[in-house]
Amino acid sequence: MQSALVVVIMSFIVFSGVFLVGDPVEILVSDDADQEEREMMIKSMGLDKPFLVQYGIFISKAVRGDLGDSFVFQEPALLLILDRMPATMELAVVALLIAIIFGIPLGVWAGLKPESLASKSIMTGSILGFSLPTFWVGIMMILLFAVLLGWLPSTGRGDVQIILGMPISVFSWDGFSHVLMPAVNLALFKLSMVIRLARAGTREVMHQDYIKFARAKGLKESRIILVHVLKNILIPVVTVLGLEFGGLVAFSVVTETVFAWPGMGKLLIDSIGLLDRPIIVAYLMIIVFLFVFINLVVDICYSILDPRVRLEDIKS
Amino acid sequence: MTIIENNPELMAEDRNDEENYEGAQTPLRRFLSDFCEARLAVFGFFIILVIALVAIMAPFIAPTDPYNLATVSILDSRLEPGEAMMSGTIAYLGTDGAGRDMVSAMIYGLRISLGVGIGSGIIAMLIGISFGLLSAYAGGKIDSVFMRIVDIQLSFPAILVALVLLVTLGKGVDKTIIALVVVQWAYYARTIRGTALVERRREYIESAVCLGLSKNRIMFRHLLPNCLAPMIVVGTMQIAHAISLEATLSFLGLGMPQTEPSLGRLISNGFEYILSGKYWISVYPGIALLITIVSINLVGDRLRDVLNPRLQK
Repeated sequence: MQSALVVVIMSFIVFSGVFLVGDPVEILVSDDADQEEREMMIKSMGLDKPFLVQYGIFISKAVRGDLGDSFVFQEPALLLILDRMPATMELAVVALLIAIIFGIPLGVWAGLKPESLASKSIMTGSILGFSLPTFWVGIMMILLFAVLLGWLPSTGRGDVQIILGMPISVFSWDGFSHVLMPAVNLALFKLSMVIRLARAGTREVMHQDYIKFARAKGLKESRIILVHVLKNILIPVVTVLGLEFGGLVAFSVVTETVFAWPGMGKLLIDSIGLLDRPIIVAYLMIIVFLFVFINLVVDICYSILDPRVRLEDIKS
Repeated sequence: MTIIENNPELMAEDRNDEENYEGAQTPLRRFLSDFCEARLAVFGFFIILVIALVAIMAPFIAPTDPYNLATVSILDSRLEPGEAMMSGTIAYLGTDGAGRDMVSAMIYGLRISLGVGIGSGIIAMLIGISFGLLSAYAGGKIDSVFMRIVDIQLSFPAILVALVLLVTLGKGVDKTIIALVVVQWAYYARTIRGTALVERRREYIESAVCLGLSKNRIMFRHLLPNCLAPMIVVGTMQIAHAISLEATLSFLGLGMPQTEPSLGRLISNGFEYILSGKYWISVYPGIALLITIVSINLVGDRLRDVLNPRLQK
């Protein structure tokens, strides 16, 4: 209920915000068009109607899944974005996997031996990961791996295969080499976060009684870490990552711009340049939807996983 | 920078009255000696001082004036580091696409980046403090409405909110600051509310209420000084974050206009030339940006350790 309200309010804010942006007619109509042609153009795009009427039309269409046609491409904005979505999702998922696969072991290591040199360098590295602006790291990666060393391609997306109806590129070498740099770039920030979460979790868990008990039982150290510690630190890591997936999609705007990755973030930046209002509005609506959806799912998961939350709900 | 760094001392002095049971070692001295234990943080603080000084003194230090179109010549464009420009000045870090000396452009860019970051940080902090304190002190409906707004805003990533605002507002220093303030105030509001809720239940607030002091006086003279410690930590981190966010927005072509390039804008300008091997246009401003952000974060990290009472002992 509340989620629906947020979507409606955000739709109004987004629409009125974008409404204030410069006049798209100026850009679309060629310079030598006369007044009559201009007015035809304005009328055909529905820009002559008052603001509230435009918003009303927008909402009534949006409910039916029509977020308007792009001014530039003359195609439904929703379709254009959905067309680009798999590329962005692929990037975000690969980045998330990188963050998990490298972040958890490094974080656990740093948590087990907090005083060792390796742990200290891991933690310093994670501060760097937090501080470095994503786009600059991206540029440096291009400079190093594409320009100086020539190992990886700098821009674009590689060969695409259709798997289960989705265009996916990671399973061929060409596609993988294209996705590697942008994904690592996008993952850096989350990687630092996972390292910090896993480290804090490990340090906390190591002092618990059940670890002492496991040691007393004579279990192997590797089993203690892999089973007892890992299971307990996974809970906070997975929740936070679930919430942060939306952040990854949003941040891919930057990474996609640096690496010219043909996803929806790149489309957004291009559309801002062209003042293509319907695409901007549609993109933002999709993102709002995605966020509200993720929050809802996380909330529901909480109440399933954590009995305390459920009890509070019953009381109130 | 100085204002932010002075705050912990202010706060420590405020605490003097209540916690002066340690004899010769005043809280201020304890704070300073604790802070100085970490060499890296002291180093970071020193770097920040140097950077701030360079930014403030920009017109006197910079070899050329990158904004003066009369002296900037397109013939100087994309010179390699160390080459001499038309005017005879040696461009130690090369020149950019418009023929600006990189050293001067970076010094001026640093000035803008720091100014926007700190300016927006302070405004956001003031707004956040007012809303957060009011929320904690008033409680009830006001509290739940404010915190709902904060929750909703924090559930969207900062970059996206700022992006949308800048698309709507357009480019410029003032507009960038507005966008950054809108993005940041919620962090301050939430942090101070959390601390204030705990402090509110203390006896000194109760006695202030019993004395019949006005709400404003209690909130700003009694509650606020005792909630400042976490604000300083959040403040330092947020300023680093704001500088990085501004650079990102400028890189995306929003934020700062081409005529007043911030560090992010300079990097963005250099990005077109990177594939042709002209690395210096984006690498050097990036390093300057990096050093700034990392030193602020180092200091912030240490401040958190020192000022967090839970971690002491």
